[in-house]
Amino acid sequence: MSDWTRDEMMTVAAARRLWNGCVCFVGIGLPSAACNLARLTHAPDIVLIYESGTLGTRPEVLPLSIGDGELADTAACVVPLPEVFAYFLQAGRVDVGFLGAAQIDRYGNLNSTVIGPYHAPTTRLPGAGGATEIAAHARQTFVMIKATPRSLVAQLDFRTSAGFLEGHGARARTGMRGAGPRAVITDFGMLTPEADSDELQLSALFPGVTVDEAKSATGWPLTVAAQVEAIEPPTALELATLRELHARTREAHRRPVRIPA
Amino acid sequence: MKITTLSEAIRRHVADGACVALEGFTHLIPFAAGHEIIRQGRRNLHLVRMTPDLVYDQLIGMGCASRLTFSWGGNPGVGSLHRLRDAVERHWPAPLEIDEHTHAGVAAAYCAGAARLPFAVLRGYLGTDLAEANPRIRGVECPFTGERLAAVPAINPDVTVLHAQRADRQGNVAIHGILGAQREAALAARALIVTVEELVESLPPAMNGIVLPHWVVSAVVHCPGGAYPSYVQGHYSRDNSFYQRWDAISRDRDGFRAWMDKHVLASPDHAGFLASLGAAA
Repeated sequence: MSDWTRDEMMTVAAARRLWNGCVCFVGIGLPSAACNLARLTHAPDIVLIYESGTLGTRPEVLPLSIGDGELADTAACVVPLPEVFAYFLQAGRVDVGFLGAAQIDRYGNLNSTVIGPYHAPTTRLPGAGGATEIAAHARQTFVMIKATPRSLVAQLDFRTSAGFLEGHGARARTGMRGAGPRAVITDFGMLTPEADSDELQLSALFPGVTVDEAKSATGWPLTVAAQVEAIEPPTALELATLRELHARTREAHRRPVRIPA
Repeated sequence: MKITTLSEAIRRHVADGACVALEGFTHLIPFAAGHEIIRQGRRNLHLVRMTPDLVYDQLIGMGCASRLTFSWGGNPGVGSLHRLRDAVERHWPAPLEIDEHTHAGVAAAYCAGAARLPFAVLRGYLGTDLAEANPRIRGVECPFTGERLAAVPAINPDVTVLHAQRADRQGNVAIHGILGAQREAALAARALIVTVEELVESLPPAMNGIVLPHWVVSAVVHCPGGAYPSYVQGHYSRDNSFYQRWDAISRDRDGFRAWMDKHVLASPDHAGFLASLGAAA
């Protein structure tokens, strides 16, 4: 038994992809934890942008929503939302977009809209939010998604955000400026696009995970890179920093808020 | 009379069938105004909000809406908006037509609306199924370069409702903190209602702070706590635990209706609503 969870390993593996000084557009949930872990460990000068307009924010605890006051209180500046999308994201001023989704396919396309037909869905999901344009305009994207038979799928129910579309250079031919998903971090390891086909293939495994386990958790016939990297387990510092961050966050979110009168 | 009561402002400016935008991105969500619309029993509203949030979950679940323009419809950090889902998936309590966009698309549409342009242009909706699902997402060719760009129609609500920190007696409104698309939604609307935490004699010169000048404001209502359970920078924090509890409150129809009856409909106004929650805590 390892002394860390798969969620923790995912978060640590994602955080390690970020470099000091990079400008990162952050989604809520696991991406937010990963980006702040990077900031609190090896990347103190990372610039975190949340779509609420908080630029260069350094939250002490993880926000529950994308617009918690904590993000504004600790931001370098707060700009109107249309500016975040037009002047920063669309203008190409974001190095990394960090996305989650309900479904991903072998070309890194994402669904966060519906399960079932669009006009008669069995499950209505929240929808695109900022994801569609983050996927298009960030210089590259990282995706974090837990592997279940319903999440890594052969066929999306709906394409909310573009990865490599149909692969084989299709994305590049659209004129989309961002390079698309360069890494998908899931709970068995990491997938990265193969250079010619753009198809996601297994390129790194978490400690203790086999290639067979990765294949059986993936809804398409997963190809395996020539070299599969063995991802190092979380260091003591990474684990302690992440757990302290989560503990602070739980405590803050439990704290009763005075109902205004 | 610019400074008025919430019931009067809603009665005067929000009609059945109106296009209504209650804006504020996570911060400054005008819950008090949403509750008053529910109390007054408005029907067939076209609701517009980037993030429907709990306030539209409540309006939709109470049968006030027939149409929704939005870009992200979840309970932030928690999960689904169950009343929105019930309306889309099972047409309860009424069918809900959806006009779905991305954040960038709605933001651009508000900007176009504020400038009284017919549509907004963006590099958006690239490589997605959204344009196929929503006929209001179209393309336009740049007349200078020939580049194909996305176009969405301007949003011009009949009325926009905001919550803000401060207004003065003349009706000038000052907002700070996370702004979302509040200013654009305000200036895109034909009428603008603003509820505020504080009413002051006069505002200091704002320099680069956001001020909505009095001649674009239709009604100002002094309504302390009017954004709860969302928050007001400098006044009170977002009640994240309430957002987490909403998941259980709203999950089934009867539980939702009972909660709304007890806390919203049985309260004469927002002070009563807040008191009812305080009493329950």
